[in-house]
Amino acid sequence: MTALLELDGLTRTFRTRRGTVRAVDGVDLTVRAGETLGLVGESGCGKSTTGRMLVRLLDATSGRIAFGGRDITRLPPRRMRPLRGQLQIIFQDPFSSLNPRRTIGSIIAEPLRVQGVRDPGPRVREMLERVGLGAEHADRYPHEFSGGQAQRAGIARALVTRPRLVVADEPVSALDVSIQAQIVNLLAELQRDLDLAYVFIAHDLAVVRNVCARVAVMYLGRIVEIGDRDTVYGAPAHPYTKALLSAVPLPDPVAERERERIVLRGDPPSPAEPPAGCAFHPRCFKAQDRCRVERPVLAEVAGRQAACHFPEVH
Amino acid sequence: MSALPLTPGRHAAPPPAGRSPWRLAGARLRHDRAALLGLAIVALFVLMALAAPLLTALNGHGPNEFHPEKIDDALAGAPRGSFGGIDAHFWLGAEPGTGRDVFSRMVYGARISLLISLLATAVATTAGTALGLTAGFAGGRTDLLISRVMDLVLSFPQLIFMIALVSVLPEANRTLELVLVMGFFGWPYIGRIVRGQTLSLRNREFVDAARATGMTRRRIVFHEVLPNLMAPVLVYATLTIPVNIGTEAALSFLGIGVRPPTASWGQMMSKAIGWYQVDPAYFVVPGVCLLLTVLAFTLLGDAFRDALDPRGGNR
Repeated sequence: MTALLELDGLTRTFRTRRGTVRAVDGVDLTVRAGETLGLVGESGCGKSTTGRMLVRLLDATSGRIAFGGRDITRLPPRRMRPLRGQLQIIFQDPFSSLNPRRTIGSIIAEPLRVQGVRDPGPRVREMLERVGLGAEHADRYPHEFSGGQAQRAGIARALVTRPRLVVADEPVSALDVSIQAQIVNLLAELQRDLDLAYVFIAHDLAVVRNVCARVAVMYLGRIVEIGDRDTVYGAPAHPYTKALLSAVPLPDPVAERERERIVLRGDPPSPAEPPAGCAFHPRCFKAQDRCRVERPVLAEVAGRQAACHFPEVH
Repeated sequence: MSALPLTPGRHAAPPPAGRSPWRLAGARLRHDRAALLGLAIVALFVLMALAAPLLTALNGHGPNEFHPEKIDDALAGAPRGSFGGIDAHFWLGAEPGTGRDVFSRMVYGARISLLISLLATAVATTAGTALGLTAGFAGGRTDLLISRVMDLVLSFPQLIFMIALVSVLPEANRTLELVLVMGFFGWPYIGRIVRGQTLSLRNREFVDAARATGMTRRRIVFHEVLPNLMAPVLVYATLTIPVNIGTEAALSFLGIGVRPPTASWGQMMSKAIGWYQVDPAYFVVPGVCLLLTVLAFTLLGDAFRDALDPRGGNR
C-alpha cells in the first residue's frame, strides 16, 4: 500500500519564558490510505501538537509533511485550501468546536462552500443522516444538542468533503462512556464506507486498542514505540509502553489482582529541560548508566520499532 | 378528595426547530419586568424627541419663544403663578427670566440629549469594535500598539480634556464636535472588552475548525468571531448611552455643550441653579428627565446582559 501521509523529522518548538520547549521532537510516521493509526501518550507528550501540525493549524518548526506524495509543510494558505477538503480534523470538545451562533446546517455546509460547492444543501442533509442525525437537525443551533449529537455534527463537518485523512484529536474523551462506544462505532463505520484513514489521538489505551490497527506511543515529543496493535499491546517492548498498559484496568477481577503493575514515579519531566540520554530514564524501572547519557533511537525489536537500550524481550 | 383541576393545553410542546441564541434572549427579555419598564421609558422619550414639533404645536409655544407676560419683573423675572408658572398653556411652567415654555424646551432638549448620546455611542462602539477586534485577532505588534493607545486614552482625565478640546475646536457644528469628542474618549472601553472577548474566541476550537476548513481570515473574522461579539457589544453599548447622556448634560451644564438658544437638559439645569430657591420646579423638570433616561437605559443594559449572558460559557 502506498503512504498517504509521511512525516519526516517533524519538530515543533515553542518559546516560553523558561526557554525553548521542544513539544514535538523529530517525529517520523507513515499513515497508509484507509488505515487507522493510534497516537497515545500522557498529556503534554506532543500528540495533539503533532495532530495540529498535520492539518496545518500549526506550522512545523522543522521537518517535512508529505500528503499524497506532495510536500505540504510550507504550502501557503491559498494553495493549501484545495487540499483542506481531503485533510480534516475532529476536535475533543464538541461544543467548543461548533460556533454557537450558527446553525448546524450552515456549519456543515462551510467546508463545501470553501471548496466551491454551489448548492451544499443535499450533501449536508446526506451527511447528517450518515452520522446518525436527521436532516431536520440542519436548522438547529449547537446549544440544542446533546454532547454526543454535537460530536456527530463535528464529525459530519469533518467528513462532508470526503477527506482521505482525518485527524481525530481525542474525539471521545469529553463524552460519557456510554456515548463513547457509539461515536467509536460511528467512526469505524464511516471509515469502511468512505475509505478514510484516521490518525486517532487519545490517552485512553482501551479505546485505541479498539479502533487502531497500528499504534504509536509518544513520550516527551518523541515516538518511543510504534507497531501493529497486537504486537504492541500483546508484548510491549518499551518500558514506558509496558507501564502504560499495566495501568489499564482489566475487566476480570482475578486477572486484575494477580497481574504485575508498574507504577511510574513522578510526572513526565518538563519538555523545557528534557533529561539527558533517554528522556524516560528518570522514571524507568530498568534504567542503567547508558540510558543517562546515550539517547536511544527507534530500532526494530521483535516485529515493531522501539527506542530503548534495554527493550523487553519476549 | 377532589381531583386537582388540570389546565388544558399547558403541555409544553418541544421547541420548534432553530431557536437561535438571539430568539432565546428575546424570550427571556419578554419576561423581565425591569427590562420592559426600561424599554417603555426609553420608547417614551424617543417618541417625545421625534414628535417634538408636533407636541409644541399642541401647546402653541416654540422652544425659543420669549413670553415676557409670563414673568414678573417685580420678582426679578420669576414666573408668574405657582409651581413655576404651570397653567393650561404652560404645562410645565415658564423659564425664569425669559418666559420660554419649559415643556417645549424639555421636549427639544430630549432631542439633543438623545441625538448626541446615541451618535457618540455609535461612534465609540464602531471604533471600539473595529479596533478591539483587530487587536485581539491580529495579536503581536498590532495588539501591542492598539492596546497602548487604549491605555493612553483611558488615562486622560476625560472631562477636563473634553472641555479643553471642545473649547479649542472652531465653532462649526457643536453637535458633531460633541459626538466626535465623546466618541473619541469612549471607544477604548468597548475596545478593551471586544479585544478580551476576541482573544478568548480566537482560541476556541470552532475558530480552529474554520481554519482547518480553509476559510479566509476575513470570513473567519466576520462569520465566526464577530457574531459572537454582538451580544457583549450590544450590552456595553446600551450601558454607554446613559454615561453619554450624563456627559452631554455635564458639558452643557458647564457651558460648553450645544450653543444657546438650542435647548438641552444640562443647560436648563445650569440656569435653574440660580433660581432653585424661588422656582424649584424649573430644576425638577430637566433633573427628572435625566434621571429617568439614565435609569431606563441602565435597566435595559442590565437586562440585556442577563438575557444574552455574554460571559456565559459556550452553550
